[in-house]
Amino acid sequence: MTASLVAGIDMGSRTAKAVLLDRDGAMLGFGIARMRPDFDGLARDALDQAIAAARAAPEDVAYIATTGMGRYNVPFRDIQITDITAVAKGAVHLFPGTRSILDIGAQSTRAMRVLEGGRVKDFRTNDKCAAGAGGFAERAARYLEIALDDLGPLSLKADSGQVISSVCAVFAESEIINLVTAGQSVENIVRGIHDSLAQRGFQLLKRVGVEAEITFAGGMALQSGMVNALEIAVGQKVNVAERPELIAALGASLLARQRLERQQEGQAAA
Amino acid sequence: MRYSVGVDVGSTQTKAVLLDMDRRIVARSLVDTGAYLVRAAERAYEKALAEASVSRSDVGYVIGTGYGRFKVAFGDDQVTEISCHAKGAWALYPSTRTVIDIGGQDTKAIKVSDRGEVLDFAMNDKCAAGSGRFLTNSAEALGMEVSAIGEKSLEARNPVRLSTVCTIFVETDILSYLASGKKVEDILAGVHGAIGSRTVALVRRVGAESEVTFTGGVARNVGMIRSIEEKLDIRVNVSADAHYTGALGAAIFAIERMHAGAEVMA
Repeated sequence: MTASLVAGIDMGSRTAKAVLLDRDGAMLGFGIARMRPDFDGLARDALDQAIAAARAAPEDVAYIATTGMGRYNVPFRDIQITDITAVAKGAVHLFPGTRSILDIGAQSTRAMRVLEGGRVKDFRTNDKCAAGAGGFAERAARYLEIALDDLGPLSLKADSGQVISSVCAVFAESEIINLVTAGQSVENIVRGIHDSLAQRGFQLLKRVGVEAEITFAGGMALQSGMVNALEIAVGQKVNVAERPELIAALGASLLARQRLERQQEGQAAA
Repeated sequence: MRYSVGVDVGSTQTKAVLLDMDRRIVARSLVDTGAYLVRAAERAYEKALAEASVSRSDVGYVIGTGYGRFKVAFGDDQVTEISCHAKGAWALYPSTRTVIDIGGQDTKAIKVSDRGEVLDFAMNDKCAAGSGRFLTNSAEALGMEVSAIGEKSLEARNPVRLSTVCTIFVETDILSYLASGKKVEDILAGVHGAIGSRTVALVRRVGAESEVTFTGGVARNVGMIRSIEEKLDIRVNVSADAHYTGALGAAIFAIERMHAGAEVMA
């Protein structure tokens, strides 16, 4: 049997995610590995997990596309794809009506507007400053001594959002510490963090144009309280995938599949 | 009433300095600020008193400074850290005309008069880029002690150029440099160079007039001293008490207030 599977690997700032597809574009498995300086081994870890989940073998993988900030650091890739293209592809595949996308990862937040068919019309990113990215919420969770997964439900229990006024993620940490010592409830602080991220995301979205449907991608979309805060900020419902953190890897794997098909058609014609 | 005390509640560490009436430092103390500023101020004060075996009743006046200055519950008054760093630097080096203070979360450039008064200042008000936290996070990303990185940066042959000044983004920047095989010392030289450039830009806003005195916790870092000296092309004063400059300035203000009070009483 010839190799017939394709993989997308998203080398994000906090985790590497790999998605494995079959020839028909069905997802067979995925893997997630925690960031470390050895990018090659990290990418292999994520991919091996996906291969194991799919009960496949490494030699079954015919084509590998990488994306994310570490996409050039994976020596065994066949091609690298920008995060913007990969996220748009993945989001439109899952929600074909998508016109605006907000992607909040650990270190980057991106707003995109896409045309029918998934072509990217415009995008904006927070390239200079970490305020508004998910890493802010992660650090805050560490300070508040709560698990990252608990942020979403906690935020939904808030009776009022505590406004976080600092624009810098580092300053915001001090502000949060002061709020805790002043006796503010953890629920309200977490809600304030989500509101602050939602406001920043909305500002970024407005710069590219907000058009229904909006799809919310990236690891921050795993937090129910964050989704709620974003929906309130933009004034409409947003699409959230079951595994929103895999959207970029999924998009990369879909693009890998297209590439492989084109390559094989070329070979058949010759 | 033979002593005065200055307590500097910083974002990261809290410092206290005990002065006698001849303005000599009798004791100094350093504690981590943590989340409870009132307690940190109290602990720093107690530690300084204990070191000098001085009781509270011997202290005539206490001034709080730093970002948590209003949490110095036992203090008689508060003075901004800008004024205190100017005063403290002038006390250590009377010819000081420019003060560079790099603390845990902020960086300040202060222009001072020949009497230690503040003429002008500039600081990072919007973001923590270029502050001590940038160094702490960089050290953490490299798995090193923050006290070791300055020395190590001096070994650099080919300093890297960081793509960011954001205190949070720098961690990823460092990871990708490590992944691409860059040497630790070259990465560290990039880190110190980035903060040096940002600091010097602040200094230029108030004017870099000699002598320049470097204060705050980051002044203990030899790599930062070197980076700032190279970029300013001038030697800077760094006292062994650089970390305590704000608290020292506060304690001097406290003595001045005591004298002023005594005059009013007379």
